[in-house]
Amino acid sequence: MLRYALLRIFGAIPTMLLVIALAFLMVHAAPGGPFDAARVLPPEIEKNIAAAYHLDESLPRQFLRYLNGLLHGDLGPSYRYRGQNVSKLIGDALPVSLQIGVLALIIANVAGIAAGIAAALRKNTFLDRLVTGVAMAGISVPVFVVAPLMVLIFAVYLGWLPASWTGGTAITRLILPVMALALPQIAYIARLMRASMIDTLNSEYVRTARAQGLKTRSIVRYHALKPAMLPLLSYMGPATAGVLTGSVVIEQVFSIPGIGQSFINGALSRDYTLVMGIVIFYAALVILLNLVVDLLYGVLDPRIRTR
Amino acid sequence: MSYLAVVRSILRKSRDNKTIVVCSSILLLIAAVALIGPLLSPHHYADTDFDQPFAKPSISNWHVFGTDGLGRDLFVRILLGVKVTLFVAIIASGVSLGIGVAYGAIAGYVGGKVDGVMMRAVDALYAMPFIFFVILLMVVFERNFLLIFVAIGAINWLDMARIVRGQTLSLKRREFVDAARLIGVSTPGIILRHITPNLFGVVVVYMTLTIPQAILVESFLSFLGLGVQAPQTSLGALVNDSVSNMERAPWLLLITAAVLAVILLCFNFLGDGLREVVDPRKKT
Repeated sequence: MLRYALLRIFGAIPTMLLVIALAFLMVHAAPGGPFDAARVLPPEIEKNIAAAYHLDESLPRQFLRYLNGLLHGDLGPSYRYRGQNVSKLIGDALPVSLQIGVLALIIANVAGIAAGIAAALRKNTFLDRLVTGVAMAGISVPVFVVAPLMVLIFAVYLGWLPASWTGGTAITRLILPVMALALPQIAYIARLMRASMIDTLNSEYVRTARAQGLKTRSIVRYHALKPAMLPLLSYMGPATAGVLTGSVVIEQVFSIPGIGQSFINGALSRDYTLVMGIVIFYAALVILLNLVVDLLYGVLDPRIRTR
Repeated sequence: MSYLAVVRSILRKSRDNKTIVVCSSILLLIAAVALIGPLLSPHHYADTDFDQPFAKPSISNWHVFGTDGLGRDLFVRILLGVKVTLFVAIIASGVSLGIGVAYGAIAGYVGGKVDGVMMRAVDALYAMPFIFFVILLMVVFERNFLLIFVAIGAINWLDMARIVRGQTLSLKRREFVDAARLIGVSTPGIILRHITPNLFGVVVVYMTLTIPQAILVESFLSFLGLGVQAPQTSLGALVNDSVSNMERAPWLLLITAAVLAVILLCFNFLGDGLREVVDPRKKT
């Protein structure tokens, strides 16, 4: 297990370095400098600005400086918000995004697993078709369509919930964004869980358990549930990535002051360092989660370790 | 088997599958309307009519889906959006197909250490949230169509590479590959002439499933204002437009969302149906 864990951990480091290098090179390959204003500045001032942001150094030196900063949790200064550090901008926006993202993931898992098991146990009945149909719709219809439709129905027509972050209480303003973010993930998880549960229920040890006269309820609870949930574990990495991508849209639609919104504002105002910082931050999150999933997989399924 | 024979066999088996017939008919119909429709409407997608902003859908003035805030005809704009979206998605899927098939076939056929290194690289790339790199790319460079294709294609090739590798691994142990090798066909020759035609069925299925993903990415970018720029438009950009006016003119959002949803649903159902036809074991 130790060997497996070390292999996985050392496997994640090159990926992370690749992410950082790619992001860094892309930003530095940009045509034009970040301070190309309409007004022509005197050469001394331009020189001072370049020196202040270390843009006068060679590219490898700048990269090493950036890496060194990263190791200290410093993502460098923002090019747009003067005197603001990218790390601080991310840190300020993080709690809101985290709250919505974690809630959405929890709801997605609970609802998705429940729906998936229900459909698997009643395979080829009306309930099963309903679940698979709705799940297909949930996968097909993108977040940026679902979220505005939810606003239209629940906020504009029914008036039950606030349409944006500034309205409502701390709880009511969470409901629509979290639901919109969770829906596609519920759909994916329900599909995965259904397929995996059907597979497990067809396996030989479940047949043995049935032959011994165990009730379906206890077979599912004590024998089938755990192995059937294993494939879900490996979906947690992509699910996180999906929630991150979705949160960019959700924060835009509900005007939530989270990281996703900073990301889009940075993108539209060409704040290179901010966008690069958030890309690296998101990538680190996803890579870290994939690593945790891999390690958990090793703990739960001993067959993986020896491979 | 030749490519033609594979296509024929898929078509023959698909005829009895209700899902495939219905979904592909709907998609073909939408594509045909998107191509022909603009010729039949008196309006042009960039024509503004400031006397009729937010006109409700009606037959009398030929604004069958109504107009947007600038008085532009939504029907014609949706048709343009469908055309642009489908075009981007098909080209992007083609890019991912090319990279994925080449990569997977080489890794699978050559095998050994090469395979190990190549698939490790795929694993490493899998852990990367590409969509954010695409956004970074869009921010840093001028937004152009070509970049959108390439970027979306670059995201989606990983699944294709994995699937193709798996198929190649089982194909290369078959007798006809041994026979080809014995009569002295070179490795590239075997991959091109004997392996890839047999991958065709699986590849078609996964391409059908890649297209909706490419549509999602494209419309996601356009929704955020990072994709297709006005007066051109795509379904994502149209959803974005209609969201900002949804309280005044909810039908704009409802119609656009419905068109996007129908296209995505049809592609997903079609892909699922084709998967059952090509690989009956995968039936769920």
